[in-house]
Amino acid sequence: MKHLKKIVCASAAAVLAAAALTGCGGGEEKSDTIKIGTDLEMTGNQAAYGQDAMRGAQLAVDEINKAGGVLGKKIELVSLDNKSEPSEAASAAQKLVDEGVVAVVAPNMSSNALAAVPILNGAKIPSISPGGTNPKITVDENSGKVIPYSYRACFIDPYQGKVMASFVADKLGKKKVAILIDNSSDYAKGLAKFFTEAFTAKGGTVVGTEAYLQKDTDFNAVLTKIKDLDPDFIYVPGYYQEVGLILKQARAMGITVPFGGGDGWDSPTLAEIAGADALAGTYYSNHYAIQEDNKKVMDFVNAYKAANNQEPGVFGALTYDTIHLLAQVIKDAGSADPQKIADGLAALKSFSGVTGDMSFTDTHDAKKAAFILTFKDGKPVFADKISAD
Amino acid sequence: MQIIKSLRKFDLALLVLSVAVFAVLEVLIDMRIISSFWRLQIILIGINVILAASLNLINGITGQFSLGHAGFMAVGAYVSAIMTMWYDLPFGAALLIGGLAACIIGVLIGIPTLRLDGDYLAIATLGMGEIIRICILNIQAVGGASGLTGIPRLTTFAWVFWIMVITLFFLKNMINSTYGRSCISVRENAIAAAAMGINTTFAKVLAFAIGAFFAGLAGGLFSHYFSIAHPSSFTFLNSYNYLTMVVLGGLGSMTGSITGAALITFITAALSDYPEVRMIIYALCLILLMLFRPQGLFGSQEGSLLLRRLMNRRKEAKANGSTLGNN
Repeated sequence: MKHLKKIVCASAAAVLAAAALTGCGGGEEKSDTIKIGTDLEMTGNQAAYGQDAMRGAQLAVDEINKAGGVLGKKIELVSLDNKSEPSEAASAAQKLVDEGVVAVVAPNMSSNALAAVPILNGAKIPSISPGGTNPKITVDENSGKVIPYSYRACFIDPYQGKVMASFVADKLGKKKVAILIDNSSDYAKGLAKFFTEAFTAKGGTVVGTEAYLQKDTDFNAVLTKIKDLDPDFIYVPGYYQEVGLILKQARAMGITVPFGGGDGWDSPTLAEIAGADALAGTYYSNHYAIQEDNKKVMDFVNAYKAANNQEPGVFGALTYDTIHLLAQVIKDAGSADPQKIADGLAALKSFSGVTGDMSFTDTHDAKKAAFILTFKDGKPVFADKISAD
Repeated sequence: MQIIKSLRKFDLALLVLSVAVFAVLEVLIDMRIISSFWRLQIILIGINVILAASLNLINGITGQFSLGHAGFMAVGAYVSAIMTMWYDLPFGAALLIGGLAACIIGVLIGIPTLRLDGDYLAIATLGMGEIIRICILNIQAVGGASGLTGIPRLTTFAWVFWIMVITLFFLKNMINSTYGRSCISVRENAIAAAAMGINTTFAKVLAFAIGAFFAGLAGGLFSHYFSIAHPSSFTFLNSYNYLTMVVLGGLGSMTGSITGAALITFITAALSDYPEVRMIIYALCLILLMLFRPQGLFGSQEGSLLLRRLMNRRKEAKANGSTLGNN
């Protein structure tokens, strides 16, 4: 009898499991909401970014629904967690497809987005990665063709090199630049390459290029070499850990010329490592900046602060824009059909968001201005807004 | 002879059963009755079963506490991906090479570390798994921190299912062979086993190598399904996850490993709608299971054994009943 009980229990469990399996396969039903999926890093290593992004998305959805929704329907967010892992990102994307979402906010971390995009593209669901900068997210690396349903709401890394070059040449009026590259990162090499090309095209000279490796701590040797070159600007497109030490050691050595870098600088830790004094006269490019005199941006910042009791980060702002962008495309297309949304994205003329006005390039990257930030008392502040062309 | 015959019959029955299961699932998938999310989960269950069963050979059968399974999986994932991407090898050959590469690493690492036991071995294998991951993280040729992308999506349900069946069949026969029994003797009492003339180091390294081989196969299936191999998929947390499957099912029980892998993958998937509370519920499930079944769902026994015992008892009861009736 005891065994019989066990068998009954086991078969009951099996039946339940089977019911759950098939139960989830139901067809699409017509609903009075527009379902937009999010596949974000809610837990795991990059949870801080994912949660910032999610708060931005939620804020945008609340605003849209409060204003009456889109096409008379409310937007419903289907939020899934990808645990900051590529396999989970793929699994979440698959689930979103089953849920019948019309568009997806793809993961912000490039590796996760790369796993999710093939599935969404295969299902012909348009996806936008708010902050994934890897070129392969929108362009298939084997065939070199653009992935038709995949977009990003930010510019790709090399663009920052161009932007910084025009800022240094036109706004700061500098002519002799030295570059210090993080040789262990493709990101830094890409930025340096595009900076050099754009800067020499503008008539400037790159007087020397030196290199370091990630996790280096003593930069006195390379800095001495650079000091001897006597540049009037130094470009360091690395990450904040090393950049912080470089700035500190350079200032201690008596190098007083301005420094510049990319969004790898964007971390509160930079000021902790370098110290507020060393950061005076340094600039970096980024996707987003809090502009005190821009009403649209400040409204967003204040609404975000009111809802979450903290300041929005880059991913929060980009994801907020992504949702508003999708809402605009759905409204213009007059339909929430995934194919219509994809067509709308391809034909998008312009969209005005808190990270600037944008449209899409041929490779589905956002075409928009980059922000240049400088430091005031160790805090990044808006300095300029630059578009490369 | 009688026993061997009945064993063969049992194998045949298992094979028929797996063909039937495959046919049913394949039809369900083809007819799109199972939604694509659960299709993905079924494939994931298959891959996890291979991992759990091969880890069970090391941890459960041989009694060596290894925490580096994700490392072997990573080797298989990357090597097989390189084979299909750079050398255009057919998928089967690439998988095999991935498995063999993991196996070689397993032997190389196994020979020095398997002299340790208990906690020391656990720490050494944990370190090994991390070393493999960090090496990959710093090899720019395979993508470094951004992962190896653009891997062709070759893994299908059929590949996963049949490799899983082959794995289970191999492991089952291996455990019942002389080698398997020497592995079990090492688990039960290494000193006594050595005194009986069993080469305990050989048994340990053998289990380690075979376990690593199948983990490598699973890694190849994994990277060719998600078309990306990324270091973050092979952290020690993943190793813990596979260990959890094995312990949950019951250390030393293959049926347990299968159930554990299926159950944990299922729970994780079913809770994906509740990202905030997912880990809490998941942990609660584990705590409850461990409270009520500290030896794991199956203990160290096999499902088939339980079934056979049950049937025997029925038969006995029937026999008793009939004799009673005759009387």
